[in-house]
Amino acid sequence: MSESAIPSAPATRLRLSPAWMVLCLALCLILARPYLPEGLMRPAEGLILPLADWINALFTWLRDDLGLIHVTRAFADGIEWLLDVTANILYGKNRWPRIGPLPWIVVALSAGCLGYWLGGLRLALLAGGTFVWIALMGQWKWAMETLSVIVVAAPFSVLLGLVVGVATWRWRPLEAVMNPLLNIAQSLPHFAYMIPVVVFIGVGPKAGAIVTIIFSVPPMIRMTLLGLRKVPPEVIESGKMCGSTAWQLMTRVRIPTARTEILVGVNQVIMQCLAMVVLASFIGMPGLGQKLLQLLQALKIGRSIEIGITIVLLAVALDRCSKAWVALQPVHHEPGLGWVARHRVLSLWAVLMALGFALSAVVPFFAEVGRGQSLSVADPLDAMMSWVIVALDPVTQWLRWFLITWVLIPVRDALLWLPYTAVLALVAAAGLAVGGWRSALICVGFIGYIAITGWWDRAMITIYTVLVAVAVATSFGFPLGIWAARHEARAKRVLLLCDSLQTFPSFIYLIPVIMLFGVNDVAVVGAVVLFAAVPLIRYTIEGLRGVPETVIEAADMSGATRRQSLWHVRLPLALPTIMVGINQSLMFSLFMVIIAAFIGTQDLGQEMQRALSSTDVGKGLVLGFAVAFIGLAADHLIKKMAEGRRRALGL
Amino acid sequence: MPVSEPVISCRNVWKLFGPSPEAYLRGLEGDPGFEAIRQAGYISAVRDVSLDIARGEMLVIMGLSGSGKSTLVRCLSRLIEITGGTVSVEGQDIGALSEAQLIELRRNKMGMVFQSFGLLPHRTVLENVAFPLEMRGQDRATRRKRALEVIDLVGLGGREDYFPRELSGGQQQRVGIARSLAIEPDIWFLDEPFSALDPLIRREMQDEFLRLQGMLGKTIVFITHDFDEALRLADRIAIMKDGAVEQCDTPDQIVLNPATDYVRKFTEEIEKARVVHASGLARPINGVMPEGLPVAGKSTIRALARQLIDDPREILPVADEAGRVTGVLSRKEALDVLLGGQA
Repeated sequence: MSESAIPSAPATRLRLSPAWMVLCLALCLILARPYLPEGLMRPAEGLILPLADWINALFTWLRDDLGLIHVTRAFADGIEWLLDVTANILYGKNRWPRIGPLPWIVVALSAGCLGYWLGGLRLALLAGGTFVWIALMGQWKWAMETLSVIVVAAPFSVLLGLVVGVATWRWRPLEAVMNPLLNIAQSLPHFAYMIPVVVFIGVGPKAGAIVTIIFSVPPMIRMTLLGLRKVPPEVIESGKMCGSTAWQLMTRVRIPTARTEILVGVNQVIMQCLAMVVLASFIGMPGLGQKLLQLLQALKIGRSIEIGITIVLLAVALDRCSKAWVALQPVHHEPGLGWVARHRVLSLWAVLMALGFALSAVVPFFAEVGRGQSLSVADPLDAMMSWVIVALDPVTQWLRWFLITWVLIPVRDALLWLPYTAVLALVAAAGLAVGGWRSALICVGFIGYIAITGWWDRAMITIYTVLVAVAVATSFGFPLGIWAARHEARAKRVLLLCDSLQTFPSFIYLIPVIMLFGVNDVAVVGAVVLFAAVPLIRYTIEGLRGVPETVIEAADMSGATRRQSLWHVRLPLALPTIMVGINQSLMFSLFMVIIAAFIGTQDLGQEMQRALSSTDVGKGLVLGFAVAFIGLAADHLIKKMAEGRRRALGL
Repeated sequence: MPVSEPVISCRNVWKLFGPSPEAYLRGLEGDPGFEAIRQAGYISAVRDVSLDIARGEMLVIMGLSGSGKSTLVRCLSRLIEITGGTVSVEGQDIGALSEAQLIELRRNKMGMVFQSFGLLPHRTVLENVAFPLEMRGQDRATRRKRALEVIDLVGLGGREDYFPRELSGGQQQRVGIARSLAIEPDIWFLDEPFSALDPLIRREMQDEFLRLQGMLGKTIVFITHDFDEALRLADRIAIMKDGAVEQCDTPDQIVLNPATDYVRKFTEEIEKARVVHASGLARPINGVMPEGLPVAGKSTIRALARQLIDDPREILPVADEAGRVTGVLSRKEALDVLLGGQA
């Protein structure tokens, strides 16, 4: 406690709350750093638990002694059989039922019809156009490799999620277990899922499919639960009064009435599947992701952009179509219409199918685009990009120099310089301030875990990257959000853009930053910044637009200028929503930092990559939990803070 | 079974919400009142209610929001389990029924209409109406035939392929009514069926409802928070406050002799002459048979206004629908009701 601090504090604030006392303790530890014993600087050897060895022992026991590997292998074989069927149909892999591959024109027309049924002409063009682009650019096989996995994994996840969701809803005790489990599952980085799968199943498409299924189930469970809870009580009562049994009530009343939430879950499953399938290239999953990884590593920017566009188009098309399905409502037909009139799209599809098959039989180009026939814009893209890079070079060079010397290295060194006890005290103080002793215990537990794993320095590097990235993202995302929220139409446009950007698999964000900054820390931070800025902008706009009109009118009538209205009325009311944005932004950053590891970082992600390549489950899971716990600690603090604000505002 | 045997009979029914309601109720002696129970940490949604509902009778349960009327009707249909007392339907204690027996009872004897309709959004009008038949396991053709019948009955013919969201509120409630009638129930529960509708539509639906009841003659428990609606429809009204029934009687008696101050407050705004019937005001024939033409017992005092003013007789005979004289009406008392004096 420095002497100057006490007199400067107002007399009323002098009551020493626990939060202030712990904060002072943290400051003391920091100020006394040069005199601290080693044991307070970094966790002592004796404190570090061999968690990785324990987990490895557990896994070995599960796999070998319990024979779990036979179960997983059998399951994997089942999945492989399904994968072979879709692979045969989509790109002609030589397996049962040996009818494939479908001509690309047929697939594109089918996608177009599906789009038309779900959302009219625009969606038809988007869905059909995506496949035309893929075929013409000569990426058909890779895209179909990716899709064949999604086609198997997504329905599987949906079904699994539905069953687990219903079970969780049905048995209350299960819910108490499921909630924290889902929280952790949704904050574990992608790689943490891959390592156990590699141990039990190996590498390749089936491992990719299984890791995709596991990764995409949690949101489906969540949405099923939410949907079942939201069924209006009167609908259930009316079902009971109609004499439904419990089973009839579930299958014919509850689940159909929860349709909207369940379909939102389906949308999330599909998007998670796409994100994971692309990343599963790290465990030998062929397809677009693997191609992109190879091209990025070879710094072939033009070709990577082409693949990037394909992935983005696929993501947007899948997202829009599944969202349109959510919004699709049944409409009655006038009586007396014929079958064709009642099933217009289906009839159209049948006709187009016939035409497509006929066309592809006559003109081989419509069945398969040959090697020499495919278009490529890689060369002009490369030329343009190198021109852009050269033109921007002074700026990027300066930015790189400035960021590394003046921001990144100082912040990193500062974080590494901090004694771990001081960090824990700071976390405890933050917990006490927002949520009392319980919050403090939870957060110290999460961060304390990192200390006893022995990965403290690596974790600090991860935290530093995230902090810098979120700070940078806030510095431009926040003003941008305020600017966009000023007009209704503009807000809508920017929100739509954010929506689309959020559907992109995280991998895509690496393309532009590698292009501009090369392979280094700045590129990592750049990718994270881009990824983290999107939710921030989005929630800033939503928060500001969500302020009730009457409150703003009241401020206007009180003679507030636009600035006063913003600072004193709209921002305080929007703050809880903006905090949700910051929270998401932090979580996204954490995921991105870990993914960015393959372009060279020194943080937890790098170690996870190593664990993955040496299939070290123990290490991988220990690291995965470390990342998840950083996220959960931040999530807890921000949520408690937002909750407090909300309560204070009476929202 | 004698005709007077009640269809639904509830004895000392309690519904308490709180940590361990059964144990608390066992410790109670009599009814300590809503406030005292709340002090003890319990909410008494239904408090010591005893009612009998006769065959073909329409009992309207009236109360403001939070008075426990919706909870009471859910106790009668066992949508919620009661804390104490018994509910019997046709002499059978429904609290003692097994799950399967309860489902059987609902499939054959009970129909219910809900305030916010409770329709299944993914099913057409026809499929909604046929839903209880489907639960019973009837085949598609029978279901369709019966559903179309009831859809016609409620005046929705030609709209059977519409989805609920394509209909107006009034039409949606007609679907709800049709669904509850599909199994030809003996007992019909209606939980504020018209409260979510506009005043004009509400009036129209009440007329429609009276028409249906005139045709079907079901035993009805009707919930409402609208006193006018209660007066218009009821054979008897039970007025509830804080979970207890304040008074249960015919509309005439409620208006003429409110049992408590709470009931009196409702009746103050009401033009009594429009509610009270000649039969309701009549006294027994006390030895002397009055002369002249009798007035119809089912006419309201308002409808008899001109005659009451012009008639020279001080005492008028009152006759029932068969023309039998059942009582005598004092002209002075009737004029008091008509002119708003003390009855």
